[in-house]
Amino acid sequence: MTTIGIPREASGQRLVAATPATVAKLVGLGYDVLVEAGAGAAATFSDEAFADAGAKVVDEAGAWGADVVTGVDAPSLEHVAMLREGAVLVAQLQPAQRPELVDALVARGVTALALDAVPRISRAQSLDVLSSMANVAGYRAVVEAAQEFGGMFAGQVTAAGKTPPARVFVIGAGVAGLAAIGTADSLGAQVRAFDVRPEVGEQIESMGATFVRAPEAQQEISADGYAKPLTQEQAAAALDVYARECADADIVITTALVRGTAPTTITAQAVAAMKPGSVVVDLAAPGGGNCELTVPGERVVSDNGVVVLGWTDLAGRMPQHSSQLLGTNIVHLLQLLTPDKDGALVLDLEDPVQRGMTVTHEGELMWPPPAVAVSAAPPPAPVGPSQEERAAQAAAAAQVAAAKGKRRMIAYALAAVLLTLGIAFAPAAFLGHFTVFVLAVFVGYYVISNVSHSLHTPLMAQTNAISGIILVGALLQIGSDNLVVTVLACVAAAVASINIFGGFLVANRMLRMFRRGA
Amino acid sequence: MTLVTLAQATYLLAAVLFVLSLAGLSKQETARRGNVLGMVGMVLALVATIALALDASQRPPVVTALLIALVLGVGAVVGTWRAREVEMTQMPELIAMLHSFVGAAAVLVGFNSYLTEPPHGVHLVEVFLGVFIGAVTFTGSIVAYLKLSAKITSAPLTLPGRNLLNLGAVVVSLGLLAWFVAAPSIWPLAIMTVIALALGWHLVAAIGGGDMPVVVSMLNSYSGWAAAAAGFMLSNDLLIVTGALVGASGAILSYIMCRAMNRSFVSVILGGFGAEEGAAAPSAGGPVGEHSEMSAADVANVLAGARSVVITPGYGMAVAKAQYPVADLVEKLRARGVQVRFGVHPVAGRLPGHMNVLLAEAKVPYDIVLEMDEINDDFDETDVVLVIGANDTVNPAALEDPSSPIAGMPVLEVWNAKQVVVFKRSMATGYAGVQNPLFFRDNTAMLFGDARDQTEKIVAALAQG
Repeated sequence: MTTIGIPREASGQRLVAATPATVAKLVGLGYDVLVEAGAGAAATFSDEAFADAGAKVVDEAGAWGADVVTGVDAPSLEHVAMLREGAVLVAQLQPAQRPELVDALVARGVTALALDAVPRISRAQSLDVLSSMANVAGYRAVVEAAQEFGGMFAGQVTAAGKTPPARVFVIGAGVAGLAAIGTADSLGAQVRAFDVRPEVGEQIESMGATFVRAPEAQQEISADGYAKPLTQEQAAAALDVYARECADADIVITTALVRGTAPTTITAQAVAAMKPGSVVVDLAAPGGGNCELTVPGERVVSDNGVVVLGWTDLAGRMPQHSSQLLGTNIVHLLQLLTPDKDGALVLDLEDPVQRGMTVTHEGELMWPPPAVAVSAAPPPAPVGPSQEERAAQAAAAAQVAAAKGKRRMIAYALAAVLLTLGIAFAPAAFLGHFTVFVLAVFVGYYVISNVSHSLHTPLMAQTNAISGIILVGALLQIGSDNLVVTVLACVAAAVASINIFGGFLVANRMLRMFRRGA
Repeated sequence: MTLVTLAQATYLLAAVLFVLSLAGLSKQETARRGNVLGMVGMVLALVATIALALDASQRPPVVTALLIALVLGVGAVVGTWRAREVEMTQMPELIAMLHSFVGAAAVLVGFNSYLTEPPHGVHLVEVFLGVFIGAVTFTGSIVAYLKLSAKITSAPLTLPGRNLLNLGAVVVSLGLLAWFVAAPSIWPLAIMTVIALALGWHLVAAIGGGDMPVVVSMLNSYSGWAAAAAGFMLSNDLLIVTGALVGASGAILSYIMCRAMNRSFVSVILGGFGAEEGAAAPSAGGPVGEHSEMSAADVANVLAGARSVVITPGYGMAVAKAQYPVADLVEKLRARGVQVRFGVHPVAGRLPGHMNVLLAEAKVPYDIVLEMDEINDDFDETDVVLVIGANDTVNPAALEDPSSPIAGMPVLEVWNAKQVVVFKRSMATGYAGVQNPLFFRDNTAMLFGDARDQTEKIVAALAQG
């Protein structure tokens, strides 16, 4: 049976590649899980808990010697030497930054899958460890900043006076940036955010921040969802934006990582212009830092009292949930690699997700993988012929509509002319009345067309009462010396007046019942 | 300044007040002011008219004055009595009845106008048209009244070749018009009146109960045109203006109704809606599946656990007078923090806005009473929908079954909610006579019995729990 080894991470890494909950799922896929003793200790998972979940607790060599080894970070070269030939290694390998490790893996003849090289396509979301960790790191960055900041995030108005809300500026709206925005916003801060990719403005706003717009510092929509290096002018303009925003902010959270390397976003000068007591949290510290003052892994205080946090282990500071998320990503990967759920690992190099993660395959170098078009890209522009076709169709449709419109126009004009001629032959007295009539119809049309639906019934009662105006005609005829006329007029006047009284009173009664909710 | 010019000036003022009155009635905030403006306009018009009538009286003015006082007294007493006594649920019948009065008055005034004025071409045409429209309105409204008050069956009367009959009546009337203008006498006018009375009767008799809201507003429009026609024959601009206002407003209401039911105006007017049901709808026969039932206590339990409730009332709520216990239920649920809203279909009830009036009567705040378009997208996130006495307006067949007689009619998509409870007397079909597949859905439960009793039981169960 295939075994999965969960080794203890190097000291300083509190995360573990599996939790009791994910071990149970791995067992469910048909694997035997071997957990190195103490692997989960730093993440509050005891060996007993792993054993209860169905894992076997083994020593270091046992875990590294498994058929499949899943780790959080890239192994040391000594650990690579402990891998069996033909084994499968799953971890965040950073193949672009660690060529010597890749060489060692090739030499060892193992198949290495980089968890940090999952292509950014929707289908692969469930395996994307970078997203999972960035999400946690973004959250933790705000917590760290709140700890350092000497004030409250939410503004308050109290009997003892008023405190303004903290002003948070987030650079980069990747997963970490968005998580930071959401967290800071939920604490009550005023959040502004900037990203060189203009298309993420909507996401920033959806998380509750104000998107800082600076077209001169923003680039074209990218094809793969990741930010690209900026041109020189753009970079200079962006630095200006950062300096301006930082000067106003109490908290700056910078998350700019362009393909593993960290560009400078906050110059030493910009820090010097910030208020004393402000906090900069540099999430790009593992890549060297976005802030010129950042020392990876250290807390630095500038001359003017600005705290710069360069923690590289933000996700590791919340080991329980981070391990759970990471472990679940690994379970998803193994579900993909175990199509029959029988404990037999099958690597399908035709699948762009699996191919994209594969760094070495049975001693062969597979890095870098071919580019994968990602779902974050805008839909491709329609190709030539279809566009022309569509234009032609639209033109044809417009032509038909225009012809129809023209015919209708002619018909209307003809009708209007005939009607006008007809009316012109009518006697003058009739003409005056007819003018009044037509105008009144239009007045009625426009007055009624925006009536609210709930008022239809009262409106009908009211118009009913008003149409009782025919009473006027009947009243004028009552005085006739013809007895028949008088009798008929009396009857007509009686029913019309019932109409008037009944209609108005009923409308009134209904209207009095309408009330607005408290 | 003469009495006549003074009266004309007053008429102008009254006409302006009528326009303002209708404009006011288009919004809740100004509706009551609109009502009062209409009354003021009417008083002004009547005072001016009475002055004119006394001035032009061919009898001793005292006799005329007494007669006028008498008829106005009768009208005031009867009108006030009807307005005070009427149940809100019978509002459609009352309004249909009042329309018939306008029609009758138009016929009588038309005959009088013929008798008192010297025959003259244009005037004769005006008299003829006025009587024709008045007569159609009169009998049409009476049939509508009888159908709405269930004194005759609401099923459409479908005589063979009914459209030809209608057309024939119009053609014969045109012939009589020619005769009337060529050789003025009472006969062509009288014969036409009989034909028009029959036409009005037949027109409305052929329209099924489901289309009654449209018919009522259409008759409202006719009554306006009848008044306008009377204005032409009497050369009275106030009548013309007012009649045109009412005519236009009724026509628009009818159009709005038709659009809400996805029916063309012409097909409603030509009638015979219910006739095709049997043949066209295969599902119209017996029940098409199993339905599940709930007791009032079960419904109370479901409601107690809900966060969002939508109530879709229909004519059944009006019949059972369940609006009061429903309002009570709403108040109880809102006090518990449950979001309660009403979804009112544009043609729920028997005339436009019927449900709103009933709910307002029961003191349901009008800002939680929403229209179909406002609420249709929210059913996905609704925990419980209470369908109280509605049937056709919540029928999924309208969207799903192209052969259904109500296919294409926009309906309240209640079935998207997690749980639907249908209050109903029995498994009988609705006014349109169409079977409702909603009742057989998995997330639908039936609560049989009188809507009022059942709602009261739910309220009592909620109060205990």
